[in-house]
Amino acid sequence: MFSVEELLKMHGQPEREVYLDLENSAPVAPEVLEAMLPYFAERAYGNPSITHKPGWMAYDVVQRALESFRRWLGASRAEEINFTPGETEANNLALIGAARANRSRGRRIVVSAIEPLSILHVAEHILRPMGFDIVEIPVDREGLIDLDALERAVNGETILVSISAVNHEIGAIQPIREAVELMKDRSPDAIFHTDASDAYGRIPLDVEKLGVDMATLSSYKILGPRGIGALYVREGVEVERLLEGQLGTQRLWPGVENVPLIVGFQKASELLLNDFDYKVSRMRHLRNRLMDGILNSISGTLLNGPRGGRRAPDNVNISFLGCEGEALTIELSLRGVYVSSGSACTRRLLQPSHVLMAIGRKPEEAHGSILMKVSWLHSEEDIDYVLRTLPRAVERLRGLSPLREG
Amino acid sequence: MSRIPLPYSPKVLELFRNPKNAGAMEDATVSATAGSPICGDVIAIYLKIGEGDIIKRATFESYGCAANIATASILTEMVKGKTLREAWNITWREIAEELGGLPSIKFHCGALAVGALRRAIRAYYEKRGRPPWMPEEATLEERQALEAEKLKEILSRKLGGGEGDRPNR
Repeated sequence: MFSVEELLKMHGQPEREVYLDLENSAPVAPEVLEAMLPYFAERAYGNPSITHKPGWMAYDVVQRALESFRRWLGASRAEEINFTPGETEANNLALIGAARANRSRGRRIVVSAIEPLSILHVAEHILRPMGFDIVEIPVDREGLIDLDALERAVNGETILVSISAVNHEIGAIQPIREAVELMKDRSPDAIFHTDASDAYGRIPLDVEKLGVDMATLSSYKILGPRGIGALYVREGVEVERLLEGQLGTQRLWPGVENVPLIVGFQKASELLLNDFDYKVSRMRHLRNRLMDGILNSISGTLLNGPRGGRRAPDNVNISFLGCEGEALTIELSLRGVYVSSGSACTRRLLQPSHVLMAIGRKPEEAHGSILMKVSWLHSEEDIDYVLRTLPRAVERLRGLSPLREG
Repeated sequence: MSRIPLPYSPKVLELFRNPKNAGAMEDATVSATAGSPICGDVIAIYLKIGEGDIIKRATFESYGCAANIATASILTEMVKGKTLREAWNITWREIAEELGGLPSIKFHCGALAVGALRRAIRAYYEKRGRPPWMPEEATLEERQALEAEKLKEILSRKLGGGEGDRPNR
């Protein structure tokens, strides 16, 4: 409809560019790109299931990667890891696959109200029409799940519970271990799935310690390439494939393994997990500098999500009252700072973020929300540039507004 | 609840970046607002009306997305020098055209700007008597506008007070 080129030209050359929209996509870390490149054309380009040298080389790469992920997740066997094209596909596989395979044992599926849409929409638009009884449990004002409500929701008919380990928008770290125990007490054979895309590489994650049966991982959320994720499925848990076709090394996802992306995902994990304490403390330091800097310097702000130890170390989500979020993302874009918003104006149905609504934010508060995530690749200078830029952007938009404070 | 890519026209982005006629007008003859903070967009239109019911100047204020700001700004340009009757007949389609197009999901921004303008024109004639060309009943665009009292109530809830977390000051 319009020439995007023109729009891009209007951005000019900002003093610095800082990408904080790690929720929605990400540049790969330079080391990740370097690790992936040989696998596109030089090395291990064969199909891991075919008996020739390039195939065996690919087989070796995939097996090594599976073993690494097994170790990082604390899983018992490498076969429990399945690569998928991403978080969305892994969540679809977990929910639909487990529901189909276990439908004879019960009809109830429990999710939280703040799950990503690849959980909520699957539950609503695919599983409910199949005859499953979908129960959504609420969260408190910080976004932590209501364990009493979970206890009430889980009955003997319950076959599946899905709760994200860390919420993707407001960074709330959920009490997954307690939730799993509670579920097993009420329905011992029920399956517990967690979307761990925002937990992986941000908080310690061990499937044995948590007791989860399935866990979703996403590559780009840790600066790996897009187009790849994984689903951990505990041995013995029944899950049906969503797609049929040529099966390779992956029991639950047919088709040719994407070796370069697997290598990239592995490298991104390695960079983060082999240096976990330092990288996470660095993330937390930058995040606090950003979050506290904004809250201390800009009036009319509300922090969305928990404070302190219950908040993931990378997440900042702040509502700027009297500022509309879509306008703010564009204003910031023109100044070289890239973020996203929970405003209704950024969505097809013109509804504000369901996560912010579930924690009791008013629509007018959600419209002014900005989501930012920091990574270990950001610098203090990046954060300081955002802290210099944001007040000007907010001030300009508030200056245009007929809404007056007080 | 899926997201929308919004490739705006360069004109929209330019008016968002450097809006014309932004700000309240001290000596406005009449002003009106449309929209609601709950929906995420509010437009205020200020008119300075001269002899022969001709609009001498118009300014706007906007709380809303980039399209909202751009539609309000372009409308204040479009009405300059027009009679109130001519201004009344401006449609959101004409606004969208003037902007070099609007994403279809943003058409309501144009309607909101028209609503604010018509409310201002109607307010102007309240004391002077309704001219024959003005419909007695509020038009669809005007009805999008919120009553001033209601708006004030929402604003006081929004900006501190009431239940919920206290905003940072």
